[in-house]
Amino acid sequence: MYGEGILRGLGVTLRNLVRRPFTVQYPEARIPQHPRFRGQEFTWYEQRCTGCASCAKYCPLGIIRIVTDPDGGNEQDGGSYKVDVFDIDQARCMYCGLCVEACPYDALHMGSGFEAARYRRADLVIDIDTLKEREKHPSTWFRPQLEREKADPHHDAPQEWESVGREPFLWHPKRPGQMPEEMDHRSSAAGDYGGER
Amino acid sequence: MTMRTEPVVVNVGPHHPSTHGVFRMKLTFDGENILDAEPVIGYLHRGTEKLAEERQYTQVITLTDRLDYVASMTNNQAFVLSCERLVGIEPPDRGKYLRVIAAELQRIASHLIGVGFFLQELGVFGGTALMYAFRERERILDMFEMLCGARITLTYMRIGGVLQDTPDEFWPALRSFLDDMPGYADELQALVFDSEIVRSRAIGVAPVSAEDAIAASFTGPILRASGVEWDWRKAAPYDVYDRVEFDVPTCEGGDNYDRFWVRMLEVRQSLRIIEQCCEQIEPGPVRTTMAMLFRPPPGEAYVPIEAPKGELGFYLVSDGTIAPYRCHVRSPSFMSLTLFREMLVGWKLADAIVTLGSLDFNMGEVDR
Repeated sequence: MYGEGILRGLGVTLRNLVRRPFTVQYPEARIPQHPRFRGQEFTWYEQRCTGCASCAKYCPLGIIRIVTDPDGGNEQDGGSYKVDVFDIDQARCMYCGLCVEACPYDALHMGSGFEAARYRRADLVIDIDTLKEREKHPSTWFRPQLEREKADPHHDAPQEWESVGREPFLWHPKRPGQMPEEMDHRSSAAGDYGGER
Repeated sequence: MTMRTEPVVVNVGPHHPSTHGVFRMKLTFDGENILDAEPVIGYLHRGTEKLAEERQYTQVITLTDRLDYVASMTNNQAFVLSCERLVGIEPPDRGKYLRVIAAELQRIASHLIGVGFFLQELGVFGGTALMYAFRERERILDMFEMLCGARITLTYMRIGGVLQDTPDEFWPALRSFLDDMPGYADELQALVFDSEIVRSRAIGVAPVSAEDAIAASFTGPILRASGVEWDWRKAAPYDVYDRVEFDVPTCEGGDNYDRFWVRMLEVRQSLRIIEQCCEQIEPGPVRTTMAMLFRPPPGEAYVPIEAPKGELGFYLVSDGTIAPYRCHVRSPSFMSLTLFREMLVGWKLADAIVTLGSLDFNMGEVDR
């Protein structure tokens, strides 16, 4: 019979009419993000950072700027570099997380929010003071030690640098038989990073 | 003596809701009939291939997300497979299974978008079918959020595996999705497939014969809709597609209805693949030891994969440095537009919009 298919279709819409709504009214109600969500409020722990700038090197867009200064301490006694400038230009950031993945000391973590919109581009640049002072709610993205403790950046209290823990490298250590030696860049001199092209 | 009438040239796009991005059609009309059609592309050109030449291999993965932005996972997969061929490494088994699960979820999501927008462009359901498709896609995006922290631009796969293992919540979510999805597909089918409006609007419109489709380098669902059984997952299995059983659905007519129907059939095959992967997957490492910065030996590699829209591959040439010397993207959407004029001439404006919907191309991939 002509029209039978349309009636069947209308039956489906009728069934959905009485279903519980799938959507929420956003500003009033919010859907919680997963703890692994790669959010905007980058979390950085000054105490863990050595100023190696791995994050700046691995950023595909080059939007992290780091200026370091030797702090004058004796290297034998654990003297390290002081980070003077740590700017992240969030206006261009695409939240790919490569900077966090590159950090060898788990000093930089992804954040948890998504509502950092501002009216001016300059307001989107996070500087080192903001990073130091802001409440630290690190995402568990690429941080298995946080995930094991069931950390949830949306509900937990802010985490201090001692409590985020540090995962022994999961994929950094050189195990035999995986990658040919001559291709492993870490075995060659540190200076030829991206130098010759 | 008859009065001479003039054809009218109408620009549809570049900013038009039916054009899947910024795509401009120059259509020449005689009344309602299309006399000539010319695609104008390039409005979304971002120079991805050139950008890839000045980035390290790992960093290029983030660029591939932005090619076909409704199917980032398969873009990642195509790129990392080419890189792995170049370097000569093999990811661990669990990494391969996770890749296949993620890629098949992405295929379902992409096909839901394709089917949803096709029905939207038929204009008969006022967005109802599209919203149903989006509802199911939302659950897939939630699972991607669990896997890799993002919903659209995923950057999940890495050279030598995947980024990290699944969280505990992922498997129950996947299980309940696998249980619900066939019901959703049935519902969508009941809503539209028998509808007389859809059938009369789509069946027999803009058909492409198998010969034409092959000659025009069609791949993916639009080739299989013309009756050619061709699928890279069968022809040259990558990852673990040689360990799972699935069929390659085909249709006969190659018209708009078949192009749309074959996608719904593929969704069910994807569910089958994911089911088998869930049974076969075992605990273990998900990623080989691989530095983020590496220098592949000089050479070239091309690994085609079956992306939701067709054959996708990255042709990489290495000169032994940290960045690719050349990175060419073979994108399925670009090839989908090759028969644009032949498909549209002779049909009406309303059919042109529906035909675009049935091709399910993505301008991010066409313009790159």
